[in-house]
Amino acid sequence: MSYLEHNLAAVPVGFRKILALNWPILILLTAISGVGFVMLYSVAGGQIDRWAQPQMLRFFLGMTGLFVVAMVPIWFWRNMSFPAYCLAILLLISVEFVGTTGMGAQRWIDLGFIRLQPSEVMKIALVLVLAAYYDWLPREHISRPFWVLLPALLILFPVFLVLRQPDLGTSLLLIMGGGAIMFLAGVHWAYFATVISSGIGLVVAVFQTRGTGWQLLKDYQYSRIDTFLDPGRDPLGAGYHITQAKIALGSGGWTGRGLMQGTQSRLNFLPEKHTDFIFTTLSEEFGFIGSISLLGLYTLVVLACIASALSNKDRFSALLTLGIGITFFLFFAVNMAMVMGLAPVVGVPLPLVSYGGSAMLILLLGFGLMQSAHVHRPRPKLK
Amino acid sequence: MKYNPNDIINSAQQLSRRTLLVGTLQLGVVTALGARMRFLQVKEAEKFRLLAEENRINMRLLPPSRGIMFDRDGRPVAANVPNYRILLVREETKDVDQVLTQLQKLIAINPNDLEKARRELFRRSAFVPVTIAENLNWSDFVRVAANAPALPGLLTDVGLSRIYPQKENLAHVVGYVGPVSDHYLSRTEDPDPLLQIPRFQVGKTGVEAQMEHSLRGSAGHQRIEVNAVGRVMRELERAEGQPGATVKLTIDSKIQNFALARMDGLSASAVVIDCATGDLLAVASSPSFDPNLFVRGISRKNYNALRDDIFGPLRAKAVQGTYAPASTFKMITALAALEDGVLSPDDTVFCPGHFEISNNRFHCWKKQGHGALNVEDSIAQSCDVFFYSISQKVGIEKISTMARRFGLGKYHDLPMSAVSRGVTPTRAWKQKSFDKAWLLGDTVNASVGQGYVLASPLQLAIMAARLGTGRAVQPRLVQSIDETAMPLGAGAPLDVDPAHLKVVQRAMFAVTNTKKGTAYSKRIVSPDLQMAGKTGTAQVRRITSEERLTGVIRNEDLPWKKRDHALFVDYAPHDNPKIAVAVVVEHGGGGSSTAAPIARDITLFALTGQMPELSHYPTGVKAQIKEEQEELAPKLLDWSTLDKNGQVQT
Repeated sequence: MSYLEHNLAAVPVGFRKILALNWPILILLTAISGVGFVMLYSVAGGQIDRWAQPQMLRFFLGMTGLFVVAMVPIWFWRNMSFPAYCLAILLLISVEFVGTTGMGAQRWIDLGFIRLQPSEVMKIALVLVLAAYYDWLPREHISRPFWVLLPALLILFPVFLVLRQPDLGTSLLLIMGGGAIMFLAGVHWAYFATVISSGIGLVVAVFQTRGTGWQLLKDYQYSRIDTFLDPGRDPLGAGYHITQAKIALGSGGWTGRGLMQGTQSRLNFLPEKHTDFIFTTLSEEFGFIGSISLLGLYTLVVLACIASALSNKDRFSALLTLGIGITFFLFFAVNMAMVMGLAPVVGVPLPLVSYGGSAMLILLLGFGLMQSAHVHRPRPKLK
Repeated sequence: MKYNPNDIINSAQQLSRRTLLVGTLQLGVVTALGARMRFLQVKEAEKFRLLAEENRINMRLLPPSRGIMFDRDGRPVAANVPNYRILLVREETKDVDQVLTQLQKLIAINPNDLEKARRELFRRSAFVPVTIAENLNWSDFVRVAANAPALPGLLTDVGLSRIYPQKENLAHVVGYVGPVSDHYLSRTEDPDPLLQIPRFQVGKTGVEAQMEHSLRGSAGHQRIEVNAVGRVMRELERAEGQPGATVKLTIDSKIQNFALARMDGLSASAVVIDCATGDLLAVASSPSFDPNLFVRGISRKNYNALRDDIFGPLRAKAVQGTYAPASTFKMITALAALEDGVLSPDDTVFCPGHFEISNNRFHCWKKQGHGALNVEDSIAQSCDVFFYSISQKVGIEKISTMARRFGLGKYHDLPMSAVSRGVTPTRAWKQKSFDKAWLLGDTVNASVGQGYVLASPLQLAIMAARLGTGRAVQPRLVQSIDETAMPLGAGAPLDVDPAHLKVVQRAMFAVTNTKKGTAYSKRIVSPDLQMAGKTGTAQVRRITSEERLTGVIRNEDLPWKKRDHALFVDYAPHDNPKIAVAVVVEHGGGGSSTAAPIARDITLFALTGQMPELSHYPTGVKAQIKEEQEELAPKLLDWSTLDKNGQVQT
């Protein structure tokens, strides 16, 4: 029983809910997706039916889903959190057996109309279950070791399954997203300090032991790290992606070469140009102005999520909204850092812009949850 | 669960604090990303834009067409012919084998070549055009081109390849081209990017090699946009190169051809020089070879056959070969003595058949001796003892100096391979070369053009021209390069007393036109064509004193390699020299019997421009000449067909 359920009378009903939606976020999401359509049209060399059109279809499907999810009261979704988490775990386990391995070892389940990536589902499910957990957990228990260990396991179990795929990028996103919610929920900062410092210690240890008889990573893993740190070492091999992406970005200049004028993507120098590396095409064709604008749109979404969460007196709703915002943030931040050579190439799509099967759909459904939280937020009692 | 409003307020406050913290962190990350964008896209933009251009743009060289060579009458001697090729692009056809089978129905292709092309097709990227057949004739090429729509992926293409329409005729002069070798690339400092084109053809010998820079032209270029796998997307810019220069030689193909045909079956060489201009009208070395064999890479078998032939068809004997000039050198010795004042035109020397000096006996070719002779008769009858004798008075240094004035023993700068310098010996030269002192006997030998004296047929022809004109005629092989005329080689008057020269000229006239002259039987009777000449017979072996006693073995009884070289030099007409000729027949025997008739015929052909009329010959030899000419005629090139086929591609 939350505070919210005592103030039902204030929550809009029926079609009024539509008016109560967080429209700025909806507009931002549509704008970002619109940028995606233009870019997919461009990288396909002016063909609309190659990538842009399927992407639009998914967008409308996802938007419909968003509206449906948003109309359903948030307490229903709160009660669905644990089942959703369990379902996601089951899906993750099932891809071990029935999944199809595709490019870059991503695994999916083919549902006919869409290829569902369980790891994508897990990103939202984890946010849900952690928000529900901390809504349920009495405040005084939050920082007790047992009650900290429990959500940590909730995070690490799917991380373990995703790592087996292997999908390092999604694993890191899950850890960072989950950790952020734990931090927001009020877990004592000492836990994070411990984890972060031991993480740094591990990295130091990894590098210190290199070349010794008991080094912690395999040689090829070291060489990947080297390539990340200095892509010039192997410009045609492993560093090729990063080098070419940086060339594309850099050659955009202030205003870019113009739509469909990017030579890097047009001439196939760019890898994965319609998926993970689509930002490079945008940068090449629309320059610094284009890329900083997209970054601005993303930031506004995150800020809108924070504003919505801060104005939401319901703990579950607030944590969920922040969790969705952080997941979204991690997506674009990691992707941009990756293509700009600030982070290793780990295979994270640019949210709503990259051409991707379930990513857009799941993300929009996630925003549906966030909208539901916004629509059904507690309001002052009616007089 | 129990609901506690205070608890909620507390936790809400904490949530707000931490949210702001996380939000700030996020903004920090966003700022970092924005800063990185600014760095890459604004600060480093120039650098990356350049890198993107490099990615995108490829330069391709467009090879220029090689310069064409003509003879003095505008007959092509080195030309370019279209090389009709058929290429196949694998990705543009569905079924490579089916297309190849269809192609085989249209034209005959060697199954081995086809299999090789097929393998190449599948080894290369699908978009790379692979040559299926080349050097097709026009009708085959047209047949394929007409059927191209039914043969997806087939391309027809026209390149240029070198051809020498006169084949053997000018092989040693013009030389040939061949693919540039790695060896050449490794030692050359030529930075021309054209050389980097695989199998680019450069001059290997002769004018082709010596005038490579004029003939090659300069590369054009094409800027093309390529994608990541190297496929050409479009052409951005095209600059045609500069075709190679057109080179006009001084050679008269017909005279050259006649000379070669006349020397057929002999290891011999002949040089014809224009006395007025120094133009080399013929520089013929027999036997010759077909330079076209080398253009596409000669087979090992063919090459070995050429290399191992004892007649040395690959050697340009006319400029490269050096021989003892023998008696043709006597004019030099005579002039040296006359100019030095140790000899006057009327002085006589008695020839008993031999000459003794420091216990060595030197023989005259006439065992019984010539008796008393003056300088003119000594040249006409080629008495050796006279020259043995006067050489002791004049000395080797002055003889060699005179020889150099007449073009011997020095390098003549012609654009041919391995032009020899020859030797005009001096005391210092022998000391330096052999670390031995000069002996009196060496002077004796040198006085009759034996011993250390060596000259090439080219030098002998120059000598004859200078003797005939009294001017320092300079040889010239190139008339013009792209309309720019090369300087004439008429030369300044020689620093020799005209009266002395006259003596020698009279003597040379006597050689061919007086009954006692050594080449009287090889004379030209037409008064306006009469030649003045000199025979020479160069010993290539030492005749021992025992052999002298039993009688010198005749040339015909010796193995070919040990027979004497036969030489003859002349200029004609004798009173107003137009041309000078030198002929050397390796191991040909006597200069009078072997070299002189060849030189006479070449002289007549060069002066009249046609097969010499019988009226120019003395009555006694007419029948024999007629027979020889009938034998010779079929060996000449048929110019009417050649002018038609040796089309010039510009």
